[in-house]
Amino acid sequence: MTYQVKKNIMQLVSAIFVFGIYFWYVYQQYLERNVEGVELFRFWATAILILIPVTIVLRLIIEIIFIIINGIITKESAPSFSDEFDKIIDLKAMRVSHFIFILGFFVAMGSLLFDSTPSTMFIILLFSGFLSEAFSIVWKIFLYQRGV
Amino acid sequence: MAKCHISNTIRVLRFNHHEMTQQQLADLVGVTRQTIVAIENGKYSPSLELAFKISRVFNLGVEDIFSYTEEQEK
Repeated sequence: MTYQVKKNIMQLVSAIFVFGIYFWYVYQQYLERNVEGVELFRFWATAILILIPVTIVLRLIIEIIFIIINGIITKESAPSFSDEFDKIIDLKAMRVSHFIFILGFFVAMGSLLFDSTPSTMFIILLFSGFLSEAFSIVWKIFLYQRGV
Repeated sequence: MAKCHISNTIRVLRFNHHEMTQQQLADLVGVTRQTIVAIENGKYSPSLELAFKISRVFNLGVEDIFSYTEEQEK
């Protein structure tokens, strides 16, 4: 298993871990507060905006821990740069990510047409963001294994 | 439908070139070792620029290292 594959598996696990815990926390808050009207939009906007820095910081910490542990176990140093092979895989994965997010966006907007609550729309948006990232990582792992 | 395939002789050339390691070749051409592994295993066709860099390391022409075959899928 190459370094890139191991790194992407770690990123997938950390994405599931971070999003899972954060979403569970936000959903509990949503149930407890019972917000309505403009406050509801403010609540979900805050939840989405906070998710971005929380994800970046936590995943950075997890990645540093991974580099240290992997270095100790395998004596393998992390590549210091991305070459053309990495970049072409990143681009292909980004295409998958955009497609899934746009699909999720349309589903979220469509849910409003079918009389769903705004909260449902925001939850679909949050999940489409998570799924787009998860699928992009899975696609990267697949491409590193199969080749391009 | 035609299926394109580019094969190469990098593994043999490395061996004949003072048993050069994948890492050494990667450092000489400016890519990661994993990319050399992918090229050798036929999982990645390098860019023209990288193909020229590899050919210069071995003092050969690009076509002496890389060969193109077109297979017809039934």
